[in-house]
Amino acid sequence: MIKRSFIGLAKPRIEYEALDLTVPEPRIFPTSKKVTLLLNQAYEPFGKKNAVLLKKGDTVKTGQKLSLYEGSDVYVISSVTGSISSISPFLGEFGRSYTAIAIDVAEDEEMDEQFKALSVEPTMDIAKEYLSFIPGNPPASLFSSGDTSPSIDTIVICGVDCDLLITANQHALLSDEKAIAKGVGILKHITGIENIIMAAPEHLMQNAGVSGAQVRVVDAEYPATLPRMIMQDILGKTVPAGKTCEEMGVCFVSAEAVAAIGMAFDQGYIPRYKKLNLIKKDGDSVMISARIGTPVHEIFSAYDVTINEKDRIILGGPMTGSSIYSEHHPIQPDTSAIIVQDGRDLALVSDYPCINCGECIRICPAKIPVNMLVRFLEAGKYEEAAEEYDLYSCVECGLCSFVCVSRMPILHYIKLAKYELGRISTAEATNA
Amino acid sequence: MLNQKKFIVSHAPFWHDGSTITARSYNMLIATLPAVLFGLINYGMPAVGVVSLSISSAIVWELLFNKISKRTITIGDGNAALIGILFGMLLPATSPWWLVITGTFVAVVIGKHIFGGIGGNPFNPVLIGMAILMVSWKDFFDFNEALVNYDLGFAMVYPLSALKHLGTSGIDAFSAADLLMGQQSGAIGATFGLGLIIGGIYLIIRGVIRWEISLSFLAGVFVTALFFNISDPARYAGPAFHLLTGYTLIGAFFLATEDSSSPVNFIPMLIYGAGTGIMAVLIRNIGAYVDGVVFAILLMNLVNPLLDKIRPKALGKVV
Repeated sequence: MIKRSFIGLAKPRIEYEALDLTVPEPRIFPTSKKVTLLLNQAYEPFGKKNAVLLKKGDTVKTGQKLSLYEGSDVYVISSVTGSISSISPFLGEFGRSYTAIAIDVAEDEEMDEQFKALSVEPTMDIAKEYLSFIPGNPPASLFSSGDTSPSIDTIVICGVDCDLLITANQHALLSDEKAIAKGVGILKHITGIENIIMAAPEHLMQNAGVSGAQVRVVDAEYPATLPRMIMQDILGKTVPAGKTCEEMGVCFVSAEAVAAIGMAFDQGYIPRYKKLNLIKKDGDSVMISARIGTPVHEIFSAYDVTINEKDRIILGGPMTGSSIYSEHHPIQPDTSAIIVQDGRDLALVSDYPCINCGECIRICPAKIPVNMLVRFLEAGKYEEAAEEYDLYSCVECGLCSFVCVSRMPILHYIKLAKYELGRISTAEATNA
Repeated sequence: MLNQKKFIVSHAPFWHDGSTITARSYNMLIATLPAVLFGLINYGMPAVGVVSLSISSAIVWELLFNKISKRTITIGDGNAALIGILFGMLLPATSPWWLVITGTFVAVVIGKHIFGGIGGNPFNPVLIGMAILMVSWKDFFDFNEALVNYDLGFAMVYPLSALKHLGTSGIDAFSAADLLMGQQSGAIGATFGLGLIIGGIYLIIRGVIRWEISLSFLAGVFVTALFFNISDPARYAGPAFHLLTGYTLIGAFFLATEDSSSPVNFIPMLIYGAGTGIMAVLIRNIGAYVDGVVFAILLMNLVNPLLDKIRPKALGKVV
């Protein structure tokens, strides 16, 4: 954890982890006995009109596409061969509903050949049908350009990771050069977008140059790699408050996902290994490559991480990740890091009020009047906060909470406010 | 799955830079020490009594208020102690015990907790306490009268009242170097200019106070005093005198910079600081009071919410 320096006058400079160029290959994690895949759709086997396609005991092959309901375009790609042992509802952050599909892994691996036959000639439909559940988690908008309203005209490939301590994208850039070049070619071909920009850190310029995309340097100081900051600093477009980058015609995709697209069409098999950093309690970082769906506790036991009561397990980076409540939680396509924090050295939030010290104002990259904003959010005045105090300008970097002297959960308040306002507007839209 | 371990689940970010309100308060307490110790050595046991009583009574008032209002006990954050020590620093060494206790009551309860505790106060609590005492018991704040029994080896005349009553001819005895080194009579913790400056610089370096406020305050005092001095050198003292006497330095580094009652954006901080400095000299030179820092800061506290509306445009803001 980065501590405040003795000289508090200077603004802290928090840098991204720079990947060592001589980094060894990530350690391949052996396939576990049981994997769980999270399907981004609620599990309602009885209320739905459409037939449920999956049931307990079904056998699945590696790389097989699994859809829960007939006619649904939401799917997961099985990362193992085995039989489905359970299908259950799963509740994620902010009340998002998922379906957890647990698979008992069989001894012998059998590859599904459905994609291979199609992959000879890459098209948008194939990518959409098979490649949204790949390591690096490409956004839905990447494969939907042309047919939906916000038309994408620029693709930005992130060669750096959005959060601190994570090196999955940098590693993809370094070791999967060919796959990325292939992926960029395929993206150009299937989307018809010529304007593909690679945002890479300075020390990986050479590797980024091979990809065939236009290369731009990203600053090494957090939060320069957050989409909205890249939009402003690299593309020179400022995203208006309340709009998304997609609405501005820019789609962000991670280098790992591009590499996975390249690999999928190259080999005919959908990649199933996710690169991730395991950051242990003492701060040691190990880069591993594990099958999507591997439960995190198996990784802990393999790397001698002892987990006690009241520890904290985080999927993702220290600034924007999310903590999980079960060590059986699986690795997902967007899990780039697992951080374990000892319960004794957690920095917990407090219920102290804002003392107006101004630290957040000085560090906020979006120049939001955080001191005023947080007062309105605490009182539940979300609409005023959005109108007068720039709630929607927030890039959600978490730096305000990081420096808060009162240790207020500022980012939490901001996300809650955005969520509540989103609920209100959906309710209004449906009632109108 | 039933007897699985329970983890702490919280929201991002999962890192914190480790700063706390307690550390902030204690840093300010440390920064006051040079000036306070100098005052204690000069004025002896009565000053020790006043400062100790001031700190302890401020803490007790806060504890009592916490108990009565059934809220969490907040004396551990050091803010009450800070209010206490700053309040003690502003008093003459001969202040009676009841004056100190009344003052800290006003400061802690009326100045701070009525508004919801730390962070909620629109005015600097210490100055609320001081202002009410100064208006109610004027005589105790006449430093010439209060310190009449002291002889510390330098002119025991309160420089600002000498200036007020006699014009610049009354302050010939004070050289800037003497004033800086604390060779002047006055409040316990406000006379040792060098100590206050050292404390202030420490706080600025540690990032506890905002340098913009302190510097613009001093600049405001300097420029205004300079203009007065040029216009009538016989009546108005020069800028150095105004900078080093009365509550100017303690005001610049410890009082005007109070978090909750001062602005946080860059331009508002400059306006706030400069405005306070200008008002302080205006009150000293053409107002009724001998020292104007207390009322100048309170007045600018009042303007603070308006000033803080001047702020940079947020990212992607559509106007």
